[in-house]
Amino acid sequence: MRWALILIAAVVALALPFFVYPVLLMSILCFVVFATSFNLLLGYVGLLCFGQAMFLGLSAYVTGYVLKTTGVSLELGILAGALVSAVLGAFVGFVAVRRSGIQFAMITFAFAQFVYFALLRAEFTGGENGMQGIPRSKLFGVIDASDSFSFYYVILAITVLAILFCYRVIHSPFGEILRAIRDKEDRVESLGFRPERFKIMAMTISAFVAGLAGGMKATVFQFATLTDVSWTVSGEVILMTLLGGLGTLSGPMVGAAIVIAMNDELAKFGEWALIAQGVILILVILFFRRGVVGEAGALIRRLRERKAD
Amino acid sequence: MFDGITPQLLFGQLLIGVINGSFYAMLAMGLAIIFGLMHVVNFAHGAQYMLGAFVAWLLLSTFGVPYWGALILAPLVVAIFGIAMERLILKPIANLDHLYSLLVTYAATLVIEGLIRQQYGSTGLPYSSPLPGGVNLGFMFMPWYRLWVVVFSVVTCLATWLLIEHTKLGAYLRAANESPEVVESFGINVPRMMTLTYGFGVGLAGLSGVLAAPIYQVSPSMGSSLMITIFAVVVIGGMGSIAGAILTGYTLGIVEGLTKVFYPEAANLVIFFIMLLALIFRPSGLFSGTEKS
Repeated sequence: MRWALILIAAVVALALPFFVYPVLLMSILCFVVFATSFNLLLGYVGLLCFGQAMFLGLSAYVTGYVLKTTGVSLELGILAGALVSAVLGAFVGFVAVRRSGIQFAMITFAFAQFVYFALLRAEFTGGENGMQGIPRSKLFGVIDASDSFSFYYVILAITVLAILFCYRVIHSPFGEILRAIRDKEDRVESLGFRPERFKIMAMTISAFVAGLAGGMKATVFQFATLTDVSWTVSGEVILMTLLGGLGTLSGPMVGAAIVIAMNDELAKFGEWALIAQGVILILVILFFRRGVVGEAGALIRRLRERKAD
Repeated sequence: MFDGITPQLLFGQLLIGVINGSFYAMLAMGLAIIFGLMHVVNFAHGAQYMLGAFVAWLLLSTFGVPYWGALILAPLVVAIFGIAMERLILKPIANLDHLYSLLVTYAATLVIEGLIRQQYGSTGLPYSSPLPGGVNLGFMFMPWYRLWVVVFSVVTCLATWLLIEHTKLGAYLRAANESPEVVESFGINVPRMMTLTYGFGVGLAGLSGVLAAPIYQVSPSMGSSLMITIFAVVVIGGMGSIAGAILTGYTLGIVEGLTKVFYPEAANLVIFFIMLLALIFRPSGLFSGTEKS
């Protein structure tokens, strides 16, 4: 059953660019990875990072800068961006884990705004104008996949790798401890673990994955702007994760696809896209906290139970 | 580096610092009151502040109600709006993790700001000062309205602090924060008290908005850009400490103003750096005796 689903998903993912505009698909994949990175923290450690966009945006700029100024291959550029994001993640984690729960959210929010200001002022980012003309360099220095159709498959491959990486992290002994921290932090501490260290590590990993998403986004759109660092994007990823289903691997993917498709549809109505996001987030929090995937799972279970009776 | 710093520049920036600090203090105080009783981090505080300014602007431009009328009416309107918000979206999730209340007020911010921007555009709307002119103090020019803002905010902060720390009502509030069951058993309607507290805190945000209208332009994003600083103020002062929020608010406003004089490049970031230092060296907050997470 499970393998059948994965197989179907694989076939659909491979066939989609024949039917749908590849840039839209790539944009969804970037946010699938980004939302997964956010879910890693909120869904599995219980940490609400209210500034996840800082990792996305910083990495987008670093990837862009590296690809523009050096001749390195595509994957090295994206990796460089992700690593810089991971360093930022470690530092933010180091400072923010000193306060728990709600204050962690507020501190990360303030941090993200600081990164926004810093990038606005930094010379290499192009300030308000953003960074343009980021090349889709050759993969491994040899494979040219710069047209959007073939580039989709590059982005798809990175997405699959990033998701597998997150899956490994969640289903490792390390992931077990993270979930234990989420559920009963003091008990984990009494077992001799130091929750702060695990939280900092989780922040670093999450920032790395968000950085991958940033690098992907920079090469897909071939520009990086301050929007990628703004708090609207930090909020968007919260919506994607909650709407899809918190603490499930597929939830953020579904949520990202829905939100990006919705933004695309509503783009011509100006402010209504943001208003719709707000309304949906309120409805999800009040009535559907399990999200699309969680509610669907509960529905299937209920149907099965009825069949069994 | 201290060459060319005239008294006019120094005192001018100092005044701006005190004015900004007044708004930081009033908003951080409202946030602390709401957090103290309900454990809700009211992200919508900035949007509600903006609503206060907008209601004042609407009252003047559509109904011809002058500033002094708006100073009473607009906070009431915003408080009633807040009470409706509490009933509709905060009460149903009161028993869940507090992260949800932060997120739901964030979502409400998106809706409020979006609707206002859709209706009135994103450019700032002017609101003329009700107290034009000023007095020349010799070393600087002091506009009357700014003097009024400083005095009014200090009085409001003091009055609110006295109300909560030194009256019976305040004692109930603080007790309900510690152990709601016990207060409830004394026959006090705690849920209603929470609704009214939220309304009061939100009304304070609205009041700050009216005060701000003649100084800053009335625009949809005036609140959210302030929220970043307010969050930092609350984190530095320690959550839930009202006196801490007030003192930190004024201090940081002044520090920010002075930074503009001596090292302008850092002015946007100085509050953030103070937050970092405070987190590293005083992890539990400068003023928090009984920190609750």
